[in-house]
Amino acid sequence: MNAPTYNFAYLDEQTKRMIRRAILKAIAIPGYQVPFASREMPMPYGWGTGGVQVTAAILGVTDVLKVIDQGSDDTTNAISIRKFFEKTAGVAVTTSTLDATVIQTRHRIPEAPLHEKQVLVYQVPIPEPLRFLEPRETETRRMHALGEYGLMHVKLYEDIARFGHIATAYAYPVKVNARYVMDPSPTPKFDNPKMDNCPALQLFGAGREKRIYAIPPYTSVVSLDFEDHPFTRYKHDACCALCGAGESYLDEIVTDNAGSRMFVCSDTDFCETRQAEGHRGSESAPYAENRHA
Amino acid sequence: MTTIAEMPAGFADKVLSAQSTFRSVMDAMARPGSVQRIEAASGVPSPMMRGSAAIALTLFDQDTPVWLDAAMAATPNVAKWIKFHTSAPVIAGSSVCSFALIADARALPDFEEFSFGTGEYPDRSTTIILQVGSLTEGPAYELRGPGIDGVAILRASIDLPDLLDRLSLNAKLFPRGIDLVLVADDAVVAIPRTTRLTAKEG
Repeated sequence: MNAPTYNFAYLDEQTKRMIRRAILKAIAIPGYQVPFASREMPMPYGWGTGGVQVTAAILGVTDVLKVIDQGSDDTTNAISIRKFFEKTAGVAVTTSTLDATVIQTRHRIPEAPLHEKQVLVYQVPIPEPLRFLEPRETETRRMHALGEYGLMHVKLYEDIARFGHIATAYAYPVKVNARYVMDPSPTPKFDNPKMDNCPALQLFGAGREKRIYAIPPYTSVVSLDFEDHPFTRYKHDACCALCGAGESYLDEIVTDNAGSRMFVCSDTDFCETRQAEGHRGSESAPYAENRHA
Repeated sequence: MTTIAEMPAGFADKVLSAQSTFRSVMDAMARPGSVQRIEAASGVPSPMMRGSAAIALTLFDQDTPVWLDAAMAATPNVAKWIKFHTSAPVIAGSSVCSFALIADARALPDFEEFSFGTGEYPDRSTTIILQVGSLTEGPAYELRGPGIDGVAILRASIDLPDLLDRLSLNAKLFPRGIDLVLVADDAVVAIPRTTRLTAKEG
């Protein structure tokens, strides 16, 4: 019996062509959501089917793929998608942000600066930033056509009226190239400034909602705000317990039933790279001895 | 009369050739003004160029009506080749085409003859694949806009005297608009609707 074989990168060529055309239009109209005929993938919706289809459509034999889930290379979702492409495309994979040419991400942008040879592919659950304000697709589509985004500012204003500050902490709306309001996917707003004028191409795929959108390199991406309530980044007031980084986005980990907690970098590659360079945090074991024991 | 046996071939390796061609076009679209090369080889029906033939094999299919200019349609070779290899319908009316293949830039119809898309669906617009003399030599243009770090310089010989006027009108329609893909042999440069072009002084 023959072992089952897949077309390169799993998708059939007809599907790839359709997705590729959508990607080209998405790049030509930064921030606009291009409808596409999303396929069923061998994983459930919500596990990154949109990102997987975009990755499958762009991936080539010389690419080096990195997959992260909430910044981490070694969570279930990241590992299974990485293995999926190792199996169906035979591409090289890496956990190093620097070495990767295609990075598929769920809900984070790597800490290390991206460069021109890279493509960042986001998994997007709900691509329409106006959806929770206006459920009808016909209406949100018209609002985008007219550039009518008053409703979004009302939403942010209501945050201020209720909480005294803009309480939206993730999926914080941005305006791309001074035209389209876009959902950056549920990345923490800490990551929003990294999208602005980024040297890498950024592609977004929403599988269940059947939309693809893009931010070309070196494109202005502005987080919506008010003059008297400017956009601010948020992070825990702590340093990473493993590498001591003070500038990275931190995960809060509860360590016992008494409410003790520690903060560690959400970007595992960033954290490991720093530890290998000799940086230490409050909870670090003696790294070098540990490694070569 | 060309028989199928005499027809120029498609890609030898459909999957990887289409992928590498797409990445060249994607990079061109993402970085307007940068000259990308198409490496994949295929048969080429005259007067198509290597680059436009590869793009056709990569992006055309039954969902993409294609319009040919008079030079492309002068012999049935191009239409037959496209239909055989891609199944794309070659249509007479340019206003609903997804792609327009232009061999003679001077005879390029007004952009209004093509589809700009709608305000709600600006993606439903024509991509014009325009064959030009050179993308490395000729008058210099300055390009600005998304995908460009400051200013990009493009030297190209494009036989279209009112190119800049057309593109500035096209830019005013945003988000509607035409996307241009320039091809010279195996070189590709994209000018999406967001790019602002000016002639370089001196």
